[in-house]
Amino acid sequence: MFDFSIWTNWIDQFLRTNLPEFWALAIEFVVVGVIILALYCIIALALIYFERKICAFFQCRLGPNRVGPYGIFQSVADMLKMLIKEIIPINHTDKFLFYLAPFFVLIASILAFGAIPWGNGLQILDFNIGIFYILSVSSLGVIGILLAGWASNNKYSMIGAMRSGAQLISYELSAGLALMTIVVLSGSMQLSTMIEGQKDCWYLFQGHIPAVIAFIIYLIAGHAETNRGPFDLPEAESELAAGYHTEYSGLQFGFFYLAEYLNMFIIASIAATVFLGGWMPFHVTGLDGFNAVMDYIPSVIWFFGKVVFLMMLSLWVRWTFPRLRIDHLLDLEWKYLLPINMVNLLVMVIVVIYGWYF
Amino acid sequence: MENIKELILAKVSDAVIEDKQYLTVTVKPEDLRTLAKMLRYDEGFDYLIQLTGVDYGDSLGVVYLLAKSEDMAVCIVIKTATADKENPTLPTVSDMWKAANWNEREVYDYFGVIFINHPDMRHLFLTERWKGYPLRKDYDAGRDVNPLDLKSYDMSDTTVSYVSEGDGIKKIEKNLFEEEDYVVNIGPQHPATHGVLHFRTALDGEIIKKIDANCGYIHRGVEKLCEGLTYPQSLHFTDRLDYLCAHIYRHGLCMCVEKAAGIEVPERAEVIRTIMDELQRIDSHLIAWSCMCQDMSALTAFIYGMRDREKILDIFEETGGGRLIQNYNVIGGVMADIHPNFVQRVKDFIPVMRKGLKEYHQLYTGNVIARERMIGVGVMSKETAIAYGVTGPSARASGIHCDLRKMAPYAAYDKVEFKEIIRMEGDSMARYMNRLDEIEESLHIIEQLIDNIPEGDFCAKTKAIIKLPEGEYFQRVEGGRGEWGVYILSKGDKTPYRMKFRSPCMTLVNAMDTISRGGKIADLITIGGSMDYIIPDIDR
Repeated sequence: MFDFSIWTNWIDQFLRTNLPEFWALAIEFVVVGVIILALYCIIALALIYFERKICAFFQCRLGPNRVGPYGIFQSVADMLKMLIKEIIPINHTDKFLFYLAPFFVLIASILAFGAIPWGNGLQILDFNIGIFYILSVSSLGVIGILLAGWASNNKYSMIGAMRSGAQLISYELSAGLALMTIVVLSGSMQLSTMIEGQKDCWYLFQGHIPAVIAFIIYLIAGHAETNRGPFDLPEAESELAAGYHTEYSGLQFGFFYLAEYLNMFIIASIAATVFLGGWMPFHVTGLDGFNAVMDYIPSVIWFFGKVVFLMMLSLWVRWTFPRLRIDHLLDLEWKYLLPINMVNLLVMVIVVIYGWYF
Repeated sequence: MENIKELILAKVSDAVIEDKQYLTVTVKPEDLRTLAKMLRYDEGFDYLIQLTGVDYGDSLGVVYLLAKSEDMAVCIVIKTATADKENPTLPTVSDMWKAANWNEREVYDYFGVIFINHPDMRHLFLTERWKGYPLRKDYDAGRDVNPLDLKSYDMSDTTVSYVSEGDGIKKIEKNLFEEEDYVVNIGPQHPATHGVLHFRTALDGEIIKKIDANCGYIHRGVEKLCEGLTYPQSLHFTDRLDYLCAHIYRHGLCMCVEKAAGIEVPERAEVIRTIMDELQRIDSHLIAWSCMCQDMSALTAFIYGMRDREKILDIFEETGGGRLIQNYNVIGGVMADIHPNFVQRVKDFIPVMRKGLKEYHQLYTGNVIARERMIGVGVMSKETAIAYGVTGPSARASGIHCDLRKMAPYAAYDKVEFKEIIRMEGDSMARYMNRLDEIEESLHIIEQLIDNIPEGDFCAKTKAIIKLPEGEYFQRVEGGRGEWGVYILSKGDKTPYRMKFRSPCMTLVNAMDTISRGGKIADLITIGGSMDYIIPDIDR
């Protein structure tokens, strides 16, 4: 398995030997920042195209097919349009909060994005509370949504923001507890250690029943956190026009749009990392030939393959199910997911204590 | 009916009773409520089908068409008029039939008749600043009277009601909403109001406390226009009322004129009309289904429905040239013979649609979220449906037998076998299922007729100028959303003296306040989708 840290270490060494430490670090920070932002945009554009094409196939349509072959430049064209669109100033809004809100959403998702392990040795932030960090920064996004709804001074936005607050805070619990179940199994919160622990067998299989339950709950709760159908109540286009971002236009709206798609990616990557081994290939103990073949596939491809598979599930749900009603949404969380989750966590603890895992 | 005549005379001794198309009773305004009460509570005429204002020249009158919920074919007409054209007043009947609420407001709009004790005597279609009463014969339609005004005005938060006090009439102002209500405007521009409808919704959190529906944003004055046009000229307006049932509506108006003028329609035309009506009904129900799913955010279902509807539009296009609006019926028959491919195309369509229905049930009906959102939501009891005069699939979901194709068959409906779909629950799910089941019944009707289209003319020979003999003519047809009706008052000219269209969607929107109270915002959208109203039909 190729270790990308050979490259990154070489670059690091090269810079440090030729420059004072401060400048070496400064250059590294800038390069990493640019790479993150570029990746962020490219992945968002790819996702938008991906979703439009997939949903078109679900709906017996062709999807984008005019801009470039198979319409692959459609989302680039959309991005250009979004960039040059006018940002319409709205009267009677709280200007400062109104313009601040999209940045909260965007920055929260970029922060979480930075901690994702892309491949063997390709991780920007890796410290001992990685999972905890991702959970906490990704839940910052709700502040942006609440601010957007409040500052817009619009009743639709307000209702959307209130719904969003209720929804995100409750589903955060389930997502967190589901991940904690696996933390119990792995004994670590550091993402690299967690991936290393899945060398022989992914946690989904190691932890068998409680892990599968946690996986399913995480997929549901994570999907709800991305504000996408059937959990798109905060924007509920047929009820609230566009919910919390009704009053936003141009790039401001573009930020919300980008963040929505990236959140989908982040949720899928966390699920892939924690449950499906991240970039770790599929290994079966004893079958060395098979394992060697699996190792031959680059780690980045493993990672993206798993993420794309999980996002496919998310799209499938998104384009099949109608929207939940607010009380059903909260019922689902507080009456079903949360109790199951708590019992599941307990079961996992027992499983770990008695060593009943693979 | 003889029995009724005696009963009426016993109550109101100076009533004038005539045997016309329906039994017609003319009373003085002061006897109106006595007669209405008797018919409503003792005789079981619990449906107010139409309420039409008429300017007779020397007096302003109202024509009520009543029916029984037990047998929708039994109708009675009440007429009353007030000679005071300066300050015309009539007693309201909106306490007996809630359907009269909006209809009386419409009469107030058009003729300026004030209904005493009406709870909400605001304009329905026109603005408060409109000068004159457009459907009065002496109305000045000049540009200077009501010039184009581009200013924006605030909407009034109050309503008025007039009560009689001693000899005079007292005006009472009332607030529409309470002080602390959180009022959200749903519409006029909103993705889920199915047109330019405006709900002012008072909310308590997510719970709906009250809805105040406002219409008239796309009002076109079709009834007024018809008064200046000959009968063949006025036909195309009906296509533009409920554009999803264009064919059925036009069929209704043609039938009314044909009956009045004594034109015999060839059998071939009758059968073609029936097949077209049913195709149109499938089309309309498909839109209803698709849009309801889309309102509940299932976009995939919406596209599936549209995909299958496309095939019907292709069939229409091939024969009539039009897709959405076909302009196919004419007085005496249909405009052109069916296209040679028509029969084969329709036969090919039937299995496709059956397969589609199965797919819809798999995709949506069984979906747990959809079921949770529809079952028990927006329950319309039988009493509510009757009081508001709701008809069509929505009323049949509340257990009312109101299918005019069965009750008062027209065209070729008496020659075919089909079931009237009745459900008792009255919730959104029942209305939803009723539509899908009615598609199946329509397919069944088409199957029976498609191989038996008789040979012969497709249109009767009519005179170049059609004049209707003096009199009043009613025609009721079963549209996609409920009973659609025409009322023509003819003075023997080539143009009608008064033409009125009964809008089924008006009753549906009128009932929205009652059935969505206590629900969530999301429920309002679901209920709206399941009621399937269409706004141009209200804003005639």
